Amino acid sequence: MNFTNFGRYILLLKAVFRKPEKLSIYMKAIFKQMDFIGVGSIGLIAIISTFIGAVMTLQIAFQLVSDFIPKTIIGSVNRDSSILELSPTITAIVLAGKIGSAISSEIGTMRVSEQIDALEIMGINSPGYLILPKVLAGITMVPLLVILSMVLSIGGGYIGGTLSGAVSAAEYVQGITTDFNPYTIVVALVKAFVFGFIITSVPAYEGFYVKGGALEVAQASTRAVVVSCITILACDYIVTQLLL
Amino acid sequence: MIEIKDIYKSFGDNEVLKGISGQFKPGVTNLIIGGSGSGKTTLLKCMIGLHHPEKGSVEYDGREFTTMNFEEKIEIRKEIGMLFQGSALFDSMTVEENIMFPLNMFTDQKRAEKLDRVNFCLERVNLTGKNKLFPAELSGGMKKRVGIARAIAMNPKYLFVDEPNSGLDPKTSIVIDELIKELTEEYNTTTIVVTHDMNSVMGIGDYILFLHEGKKFWEGSNKEIAHTDIQELNDFVFASRFMKAAKDKF
Repeated sequence: MNFTNFGRYILLLKAVFRKPEKLSIYMKAIFKQMDFIGVGSIGLIAIISTFIGAVMTLQIAFQLVSDFIPKTIIGSVNRDSSILELSPTITAIVLAGKIGSAISSEIGTMRVSEQIDALEIMGINSPGYLILPKVLAGITMVPLLVILSMVLSIGGGYIGGTLSGAVSAAEYVQGITTDFNPYTIVVALVKAFVFGFIITSVPAYEGFYVKGGALEVAQASTRAVVVSCITILACDYIVTQLLL
Repeated sequence: MIEIKDIYKSFGDNEVLKGISGQFKPGVTNLIIGGSGSGKTTLLKCMIGLHHPEKGSVEYDGREFTTMNFEEKIEIRKEIGMLFQGSALFDSMTVEENIMFPLNMFTDQKRAEKLDRVNFCLERVNLTGKNKLFPAELSGGMKKRVGIARAIAMNPKYLFVDEPNSGLDPKTSIVIDELIKELTEEYNTTTIVVTHDMNSVMGIGDYILFLHEGKKFWEGSNKEIAHTDIQELNDFVFASRFMKAAKDKF
C-alpha cells in the first residue's frame, strides 16, 4: 500500500465504524459472516493444522540427532512453534486466500454493478453495512480458529510422531506439558485478533474501490490476497517484537 | 421541486459539466437528454451526491444538498428512490427481500405490514407473485420493474431514473415509461429521467433538458421539441431517417 491507499484505507475504516442504522440487521449480518468465516473454515483449518503438526514433529525429530537432547524436546518445540507462530500465521494466510478473495470479489462485484450506489442512495452507510459485520466476524472467529489450529497441530504432532516412531507417546506428552508458558497463548491470540482484522478489512478496501468490470474485480481479488499476506507477515513481526 | 444552479464538474482535465442550471417540478416527468458523453449521468450523480460538483448547488425543496454533512444527506436520501441503469438489485436477495430492504432498514413496521407494502409495490409494477424469485431468474424488463418497486417502497418524494430503457425491447420500454409517468402523477413525485431514447422523449417528456458537450442547450416540453431550430438538438432528436421523415410530415 502506498500512502494514498493507506490514507483511503483509514478513511474507509472511519466510515465503517459509524453508528449502524439498525442494530438488529447488523447483528444478523454479523452472525452470517461468523458462519461463513468461522464455521465455513473449520474443515480446511483442521486438515492443514493436523498435517503441519505431524510434519513439524517429524522434522524436529530429524534435526535432533544428539543423544544428549531428550526426545521430550520434540513435543515442547512443536507446542511452542505451533502456538506462537505456525497456528496464527498459517491460519491467517490460508484464510487470507479463502476469505479475503471472497470478500474482495463480493464487494467489488457490488461496486461495478451499482449495488453499492443503490445502498448509498437509500441513505445507508454502505461501508458500515458491508464491511463492519465482516470485520467483527473476523476478529472474533479468527482467534477461535487459531485456538482450534493450536490444538489440532499439537494433536497432529502426537499422531505423526507416534505413528512414525520418531517419538513415543509418553515422551511427546511429557514434552508438551513441561515448562508451558501460558503467555504464549496471549501472544498468539493478539496476533490472531490483528490478523482477523487484516484478513477482512484489507480485501474489503480493495473491493470497495474497484473501478471497471469483471477483469478489475478479479485483479482486486488477487491484490487483496497479496496485500493481506504481506501485511499479515509484517504485523506478525511487529507483534512478536512488541510482545516477546 | 429540485433546483440545480450552475453545476460544474470535471474529471482531471476533462470538464464534463459546464454550468448547468434547471428546475424540476413535482408531478411531471422531467427528462435529461443528450448524446453519449454529454454529461447526463454525471449530472444525475451530482444531484444525488454520488459525485461532488466543484461549483454550483442542488436544492431539494429549498434545502441545499451539496453543502450538507453526512447525516443531513442521509435524511434527504431517505426521500429519494432510484432506478439504476442495470437495476442494481441485490443479487443475494429475492425480489421480496430487495423491496423489503429499505423498509427493514428505516421502519419499525411488523413483518406483515412490510409484506403488504412489498405486495402492493409488486402489484403496482405488474409482478404479483414473483416474491421468491432471485434477480438472476428475472428478464431485463422484470429487473427494471423490481427496481422501480424497490424505489417506490418508501414512498419517495424524489424519483431518479437512469436510462430506464437500455437493453429493453421497444414494447417493454413503453411499459416502463408509462409506469414511470403513472407513478409520478399518482404520487406527485419529482421525477428525473436520464435517457437518450426518443420514444421516451416523445412519450413522457413533460419537461426536457437537453445537454450537449456538458452545457445546457435547450429546455422545453416534448410538444415544443419538434419545432426548435437549434441545430445540435435537431441533430440529436432527428438523427434517424425515420424521425427525420416524421418531422417533415409533421
